[in-house]
Amino acid sequence: MATETSAAPPAGERKANRLGLTLPDYQGAASTLCSGCGHDAITNQIIRAFFEMGVPPHMVAKLSGIGCSSKTPAYFLNRSHGFNSVHGRMPSLATGAMMANRNLVSIGVSGDGDTASIGIGQFMHLVRRNVPMIYIIENNGVYGLTKGQFSATADLGSKSKWGDENQQDPIDCCAMAVELGCGYVARSFSGDMKQLLPLLKGAVAHKGTALLDIVSPCITFNNHEGSTKSYKWAKDHEMPLHEVGFVPYFEQAEVDYKPGETRSVELPDGSHIYLKKVDEDYDPTSREQALVTLLRAREKNLFMTGLLYANPKQADFCTQLNMMDAPLAGLPQEKTRPPKAALDAMMERLR
Amino acid sequence: MSTLAAPQKPVKVTAPVVNDFSIEIGTINGSGSQTANNMLMRSIFQMGVPVSGKNLFPSNIAGLPTWFTIRANKDGYIARKAELDVAVCMNPDTVFEDIAALRPGAVCLYNDELPVDESIRTDLIWYRIPFAKIVKDSCPEPKLRRLVTNIIYVGVLDWLLGIDLEETEKALKKNFVKKPKAADLNIGSLRAGYEWAKANLQKKDPYRIERLNKTAGKIIIDGNAAAALGSVFAGVTVLAWYPITPSSSLCESMIDYLEEFRVDKETGKKTFAHVQAEDELASIGMVIAAGWAGARACTATAGPGISLMSEFIGLGYYAECPGVVFNVQRTGPSTGLPTRTMQGDIAVCANLSHGDTKHPMLFPCNPEESFEMAGVSFDLAERLQTIVFVMLDLDLGMNNWMAEPFTYPDKPLDRGKVLSAVDLNRVGKFERYRDVDGDAIPYRTLPGTDHPIAGYFTRGSGHNEAAKYSEKPADYKNNMDRLARKFDTARGLVPGPVIDQVPEAEIGYIAFGTSHAATEESRDQLKAEKSIGVSYLRLRAYPFNAQLKEFVARHKRVYVIEQNRDGQMRDLIALELGPEVAKIRSIRKYDGIPIDARHITNELLSQEGK
Repeated sequence: MATETSAAPPAGERKANRLGLTLPDYQGAASTLCSGCGHDAITNQIIRAFFEMGVPPHMVAKLSGIGCSSKTPAYFLNRSHGFNSVHGRMPSLATGAMMANRNLVSIGVSGDGDTASIGIGQFMHLVRRNVPMIYIIENNGVYGLTKGQFSATADLGSKSKWGDENQQDPIDCCAMAVELGCGYVARSFSGDMKQLLPLLKGAVAHKGTALLDIVSPCITFNNHEGSTKSYKWAKDHEMPLHEVGFVPYFEQAEVDYKPGETRSVELPDGSHIYLKKVDEDYDPTSREQALVTLLRAREKNLFMTGLLYANPKQADFCTQLNMMDAPLAGLPQEKTRPPKAALDAMMERLR
Repeated sequence: MSTLAAPQKPVKVTAPVVNDFSIEIGTINGSGSQTANNMLMRSIFQMGVPVSGKNLFPSNIAGLPTWFTIRANKDGYIARKAELDVAVCMNPDTVFEDIAALRPGAVCLYNDELPVDESIRTDLIWYRIPFAKIVKDSCPEPKLRRLVTNIIYVGVLDWLLGIDLEETEKALKKNFVKKPKAADLNIGSLRAGYEWAKANLQKKDPYRIERLNKTAGKIIIDGNAAAALGSVFAGVTVLAWYPITPSSSLCESMIDYLEEFRVDKETGKKTFAHVQAEDELASIGMVIAAGWAGARACTATAGPGISLMSEFIGLGYYAECPGVVFNVQRTGPSTGLPTRTMQGDIAVCANLSHGDTKHPMLFPCNPEESFEMAGVSFDLAERLQTIVFVMLDLDLGMNNWMAEPFTYPDKPLDRGKVLSAVDLNRVGKFERYRDVDGDAIPYRTLPGTDHPIAGYFTRGSGHNEAAKYSEKPADYKNNMDRLARKFDTARGLVPGPVIDQVPEAEIGYIAFGTSHAATEESRDQLKAEKSIGVSYLRLRAYPFNAQLKEFVARHKRVYVIEQNRDGQMRDLIALELGPEVAKIRSIRKYDGIPIDARHITNELLSQEGK
């Protein structure tokens, strides 16, 4: 089908990663979203992050719910298994898939409607359990696929395409995630590739739930004057907390590391995120500072981006379950059916 | 109290009634009566007499009335018996209702602290028991007296009915195997009750338990535990659930058995994962994704959970993901009566979710089948790549049943059509939704399969045979037609019906699940009392196979027996029959109390005009 053919790789992208795979091995079907959609920019950074991190595509599970954002897993990592499910329920898919095969790399793409409205319960419980996965919210403050209704992340006073003013305070998924103990919480902008790429790589290196709330303007329904999720508004108002750099564990790199100016966070696989001070010093390991910063951003309507909170050490859900190291899905019958003697003993007990 | 209007005749006891009567104990829930009642049931079982127990309990933790019915029957009838022979009244809130409901000639044991005037029913056989005095004399610690009061009536009944005291002591020791102090305490009060009865009562009633050898080798277990055990021996790897009566104990038993049997001795690591989800939407989502990723996954729930799972179940059907749902049915609609039984979700589960959907259902009738069908359900789910319902109900799931010991499953697990990387190299081509074998069941791959063509995209939206997004009418129809053919394939894979054909019989019964025992007993009643032979087809699964139609063809009138208001199974059957549908009649019970044989027999005779 015409809509499913892969785009040709740009020249100069034919070099191999540490697995010997090239960038096209990480691409997906051509996007069917509106031309200029912020989501496509994020898709491209996901492709690049997974390629550069050398994630084996066959180990990836791409998961989503319903909405424009939820279509995007079809547009990257063609070699991976994908599951586009029901509205707001992607977190339960991730939980089930990771229980079945703890070695998978799960990436879920959701939207602000899919997560902050219909799926907020599952989102919160996924974060609470610390299910290992990369959770991306492509946040445009609007329902795109149903043509322009406000979502629960629309800012107070933001205007719809038809001039209606949003009367309610937004739900801040990052604040909620920090509150619930998420160990990797970032906010970014689809137009800020320089920041988005290292944050995505850091999410790959993280072991529990990694949340990226990415403002991704809807070119068709929320890109007008008066919207606080338009390209122009986001570009004009983005306030990076720091410059983000990333060095994977498998690369030796010289880092321009000046104490007092740069903070480093070691991730569970040995990779490092480097955060270079922009304005004030920001400590991403402080839950308190993260919450205060997010509260300030809400009160003053500031668009602060960067790694808001990092706590890479807590046990993820699969570790909590104390499962075998091998995926449960592949265990042979000898491991999963107890011997006859066990049943006989049980019958004796019930006599 | 209508019984008072009729002239009451004093009871004249003639011949003893041995091993054929029912006992009902009315207590307050949360008072520890469950243990006492189970010990009484087990004592009769250990005497070799077939027995069944039904717990009628409130949706409440403590303080509301609860009744426990035990039926002892030498012929092995284990359905609930509607008529009571012996009543034990412990609850001030229900004592007068309980007494009024007794038939003339019945026995009534009551707590002497209740304001009962025996002259209100001169047609009963009375025993007045001073529980407070007996417990005070036998249990030195006042704090513990409340806990052992109920075991005293077991001691009294042991003496009265001729149950060997040692059998009850044995049962108590088994029950409190890890709590010897509790065992001793209970045994003390049990003996006190027995000794008091021996010293103070005079046997006035005809009911007796005498040793038989009809329970040798058998076990006692509830259907939920049996299904849980069946799952563990079927290699379940993922359990996701949300607590709801009457299914919670299925999951809790499963976790207990998994922890016992499925932890690797060397590493201490588990060959399973279980999670208590935030709701039923999440639990079924986890099951579907775990099945998609290759696990043997299940959940257990009841009516309200089934309603919540509807959208995801449709996804499981359309995207073709394996998963098992144990539906321990309770009385609906809405919250309904959460602690009462019903076969009320037949229609909804057959077609759960929007659009054209159909799901296989299995109908275990006893603990043996709960165990066996749990195993069958996982095989079917993976073979058919779909959600399979195992339809228990509260009566089966939560009551203790006498059962044959379970047979170890010797058939290897059927993991269905899954292509490995080696397979993919061999076949060279993979299209997720193509019917390669002509049985309408496609091949699948699992995430993590290291092969460039292994990956595919699963979606609940339109897709073609290659699993690509498609809105083309032909692709949609092609897929839906294949799914319908797959359901036809299922007819030959699910357990077939059990048929007992009576030569020359005009009448046939069709029943399923927990209506089975009462149906069998009704057939015997009709044979013995009216010389009417009735054939019997017991459904074990949906979709049905050709035997159903043939059975109907062989009879003039066929009665579908079920425990719901609308004749849900009758309707499903009617859809299969064509003109033969005119032969179908319906016998139903839907008051939340398990069906009994007399109800079926009377209904049949009335509809037959006899």
